[in-house]
Amino acid sequence: MRYHLMNIFRLGIKELRSLKADPVLLVLIVYTFTFAIYAVATGARFEVDHAAVAIVDEDRSGLSRRIQDALLEPLFKRPVEIASSEIDPAMNAGQYVFVIEIPPRFEQDLISGRTPSIQINVDATAMTQAGNGAVYLNSIILQEVATYLQQRQLEASLPINVVLHAKFNPNLKSEWFTSVMQVINNITILSIILSGAALIREREHGTIEHLLVMPVTPLEIMLSKILANGLVIVTAASLSLLVIVERLLGVPIAGSIPLFIAGAIIYQFSVAALGILLATYTNSMAQFGLLAIPVLVVMNLLSGSTTPMESMPVWLQNVMQLTPSPHFVSFAQAVLYRGAGVPIVWPDMAALVIIGVAYFAVAALRFRRVMTSFH
Amino acid sequence: MASDAPDETSPIGQPPVIEVRAVQHRYGKTAALDDMTLSIPAGCMAGIIGPDGVGKSTLLALVSGVRRLQEGEITTLGGDIRDARHRRETCSRIAYMPQGLGKNLYPTLSVFENLDFFGRLFGQPEAERRERIAELLKATGLDPFPDRPAGKLSGGMKQKLSLCCALIHDPDLLVLDEPTTGVDPLSRRQFWKLIERIRARRPGMSVLVSTAYMEEAERFDWLAALYDGRLIATGSPADVMKQAGESTLEAAFIKLLPTESRAGHEPVVVRPRSTHDETLAIEAEGLTCRFGTFTAVDHVSFRIQRGEIFGFLGSNGCGKTTTMKMLTGLQPATEGEAKLFGQKLDAHDMNTRRRVGYMSQSFSLYGELTVRQNLVLHAELYRIPADRTQARVSEMLSNFDLADVADERPESLPLGIRQRLQLAVAVIHSPELLILDEPTSGVDPIARDNFWRYLINLSRNDGVTIFLSTHFMNEAERCDRISLMHAGKVLAVGEPLVLAKERHAATLEDAFVSYLEEASGASQEAEAEEQWSDEGIDTRKAQTQTRLFQFGRLWAYARRETMEILRDPIRLAFALAGPLILLLTFGYGISFDVENLSYAVFDQDRTYESRQLTENFRGSRYFSEKPEISSSAEMDQRLKTGQITLAIEIPPGFGKDLVSNKRPEVGVWLDGAMPFRAETARGYVTGLISETAAEAARSRLGRDATLVPINVETRFRYNQAFKSIYAIVPGVIMLMLVLIPAIMAAIGVVREKETGSIANFRSTPVSRLEFLLGKQLPYVAIALVSFVTLLFVALVVFGIPVKGSFMVLACGTVLYVIATTGFGLFVSSFTSTQVAAVFATAIISIIPAVNFSGLLVPVSSLSGAGRFLGLAFPAAWYQPISIGTFTKGLGFRDLWLDLVVLLIFGVVFLAAAQIALRKQEP
Repeated sequence: MRYHLMNIFRLGIKELRSLKADPVLLVLIVYTFTFAIYAVATGARFEVDHAAVAIVDEDRSGLSRRIQDALLEPLFKRPVEIASSEIDPAMNAGQYVFVIEIPPRFEQDLISGRTPSIQINVDATAMTQAGNGAVYLNSIILQEVATYLQQRQLEASLPINVVLHAKFNPNLKSEWFTSVMQVINNITILSIILSGAALIREREHGTIEHLLVMPVTPLEIMLSKILANGLVIVTAASLSLLVIVERLLGVPIAGSIPLFIAGAIIYQFSVAALGILLATYTNSMAQFGLLAIPVLVVMNLLSGSTTPMESMPVWLQNVMQLTPSPHFVSFAQAVLYRGAGVPIVWPDMAALVIIGVAYFAVAALRFRRVMTSFH
Repeated sequence: MASDAPDETSPIGQPPVIEVRAVQHRYGKTAALDDMTLSIPAGCMAGIIGPDGVGKSTLLALVSGVRRLQEGEITTLGGDIRDARHRRETCSRIAYMPQGLGKNLYPTLSVFENLDFFGRLFGQPEAERRERIAELLKATGLDPFPDRPAGKLSGGMKQKLSLCCALIHDPDLLVLDEPTTGVDPLSRRQFWKLIERIRARRPGMSVLVSTAYMEEAERFDWLAALYDGRLIATGSPADVMKQAGESTLEAAFIKLLPTESRAGHEPVVVRPRSTHDETLAIEAEGLTCRFGTFTAVDHVSFRIQRGEIFGFLGSNGCGKTTTMKMLTGLQPATEGEAKLFGQKLDAHDMNTRRRVGYMSQSFSLYGELTVRQNLVLHAELYRIPADRTQARVSEMLSNFDLADVADERPESLPLGIRQRLQLAVAVIHSPELLILDEPTSGVDPIARDNFWRYLINLSRNDGVTIFLSTHFMNEAERCDRISLMHAGKVLAVGEPLVLAKERHAATLEDAFVSYLEEASGASQEAEAEEQWSDEGIDTRKAQTQTRLFQFGRLWAYARRETMEILRDPIRLAFALAGPLILLLTFGYGISFDVENLSYAVFDQDRTYESRQLTENFRGSRYFSEKPEISSSAEMDQRLKTGQITLAIEIPPGFGKDLVSNKRPEVGVWLDGAMPFRAETARGYVTGLISETAAEAARSRLGRDATLVPINVETRFRYNQAFKSIYAIVPGVIMLMLVLIPAIMAAIGVVREKETGSIANFRSTPVSRLEFLLGKQLPYVAIALVSFVTLLFVALVVFGIPVKGSFMVLACGTVLYVIATTGFGLFVSSFTSTQVAAVFATAIISIIPAVNFSGLLVPVSSLSGAGRFLGLAFPAAWYQPISIGTFTKGLGFRDLWLDLVVLLIFGVVFLAAAQIALRKQEP
């Protein structure tokens, strides 16, 4: 046993030295845990943010201008006035997500109690902005009309006072979400690529043969790769979480960071085992790349880190449960945002362990058979 | 054949075919050629000799115009090789066969198809191609196998096929870079005979050959010996031997080396074994290894005594390596049994492993660790006690002369030193048995002799059993016993001298050839010779086109690429099945429709009013109810665990307050962890509660409760049902048609760089544009097939019709895949490995295609760098076409600008690829 541990340790040191000697990989790691997280968190927002709006104002009254002025950044870009003949071509070309049409004599009709209509055209192919944006526009318009009629605040006129609290992210800022999910996605990408590539590199350079004739077992080889790469990735991810996410992006972290790191270690193990498993199915780095990329894309996009898990069909949710990423996403959301502790998240952790061990076992079974044959 | 003529003129008095003046060539810091000046005579067989890594290949590539000249001047066939026009005009007169067995061949193409491809590159019409191919195949004895894939030919046959490919256009200058390395001696002899016959038919042809086998060089008319990038001798073989006063070229070569290189060199003396230990180190009995239907090793048996040096002699691919791997346990034997030290081989037995040292064929240590780190790592893994590790490592460093380079990385060291390091690593744990697979291939003669001295010491002083393989005859002669191997079988086992004597042969090589002839039956070569027709290829000069653009050459590449892809099921599956699977998963999986939000009610009022409020949630498809909450602690807990995304808290007295118009407060708690979902949920909740409130007001106050007297009509255009799928599916098609075609195309070019067949592009008249378009065409076709399948899935599985102009969609797709494959070609023209190409293409294209193309966020809402990144990539211009024709029902009038921009992208990427791709190797 002691020998096994020593071997894993020595091979792990070797693995770290190899990584140190590969500046391209190091740059890749730094890039993914810094710039890539910052850029995506601040760049790609799923919330209504700077949505492009146009207004067809055929009323040209004080009220219509009021409505126009009420559309403010950051929800909307400054509205652009267009003619009603331009609506179709402009929306066809995707220049605006929303076009508000205010009919002639709108203000007059309102005052004389004729219940005029205002139309919001929504480009319903802009999935992330159309629905929520329309809701916002709707309530902004109603609010403006209500204030115009010198009523009290609109809400006050309702017989119920609804108080909405968004827990864990009161202002529903998407970078709070995206940044942490990017950290997770990048752990996935790097764990699979680094561990798989480390194995394929040994195979392509013939060094794996060398290891296999020495008094070293395949388990030791696999574990040393997972542990060494895991050490680097988990360290980088934790730093990224503390420096980029918490400090730079100002995302408050509710839960216990040590717990998150513990989970990340388990997750990294299971994903790295998957990387090694994938590597045993390919003969070259090129094939590994071709196989790994779709796996990564699916694991990242369908894990619940981009779109809600419950929006997926049930069968697909079940299939995804066989991969580690949905468990870790739900674990990370619970710990980091909701401040959950072990009593709450242990089922996810257990699932990660089981999945990881299963991948690792299959990889170990295939390892020796596959690693030495080049045919 | 030998002649005493000086360098300036050839034996038949022509001006030299190649003149090299003051040529320098460097790779990074190392100089491959150092101030080289020589004239190579025309119309004869000229050789460049020297061990690996002395600059032979560089010189040949430079004179053929395949590699870019750095410094100095070279005149080939009467023109300056720097001049692109001269290169274009002469490349159809030069044939260049790169180093490496069958490197310029395409393994999945048949013998005929390979030749046909080369014929097309030289613009030969079909009838002429057929005629020439038939003649060449007959002349080389390959005519029985025109349909066999090149990858399945034996080494000797591959080499003949390579030669046929080089000869198909009747070159005036034939440049062969190490044509015989790694080929069995019989095939080698046949090869040289073949060259002689070809020269007899075409006496005007100049042949320039490089080789590391000194004994082969004795048949050349003229030779130049290179060492360390410098010329050390030129002249006829006889001259060179006379200069050195030696009787063989190998000895002469060593003698002519600069003094410091051969300091302390003396011939290797094999001492006889002092004690004969009769116990056996290795027993192999009927060892067999099959890969599918191919038998790599066929019932091999031998016994090796302790302390013996036992050699395996045979060509590449004869089964030597596989046999050795079976003995180390790396390769399980299909049949048969092996015993090490009298015990049955067990691949998992750690103790046996500690008694064996293994050195694989290629350098297999960690290039990124220093020499010392490599030694320490191996010492530790072999469990040398920690207190003795340092001493043992130092001992190895001094024994193998590695102390000076102890802290350098092996990557930067010469082959000979790396070889010593490998041996040091293999013996660091004092093994009793050493298994060495071609330990000296590629090492110069002096380093090889030194290496042998180590081996002899190990065997004779320490009694280590050494089992090694080689294809050098003079090394085989130094072994105690050898085994001759061919095509997976052992032909003979015995002492080298005895084997030669048995066959009444003068040398071991002759003996081996005679065994080989016996094994392969009658010599096919003799027949071939008779069939050589007189009015053959030589009487007519090939009509080679040197026009700048020729569709035939483009087509040759497109055709060949298509055949290769069709025969590579992994790539084809990736290209066609990959996008389909991803479309299906994403189509079902990525959805911005927020439904089934789980909610629970914390009703502290329990009145008719409170129930009515929650009733509305129950009926909505957006919400799904979970058991009621009974305390505020429970509410927190369940939100925390993520069991519910929404909690509705109704305070005590709600009903009473509502009735008495006191505006009771209702608390709604949302899980904000996923902001998009929370934002949408907030909209739903507000809507639902306002409705309920309005209703309540209506019924209670009895007045028309339109609180604000206007109608706001929201029209969801293009996608009335507001379902994600109508936006996602066209978007995923956009994504699939950039990622997959780009990666495929990128691999297409880089693969040729890695396998070496890019040499054909460099050495034939095909232009960069023809090459790129020829490569692009098949991938565009595959992408279009993929598009049709994606379209089918969109229509049939997802039920998403093309509402707009199908013609615009089709045209847009053609332009888009031209642009995306063009992007792949561009990436691959500056990357050098497949891995780099795959990752570079993926990383560069994924970010703009996923984030800034309009797939997730409308381009109109982007600003700054994101908008720029999006618009600078074709994806953002195809997304409007895809979604416009599928979902928005648009046509040409709305989308013409996008079509034009896509066309521009296609042209720009192709032009960029053409600029980045070099016809000459740098």
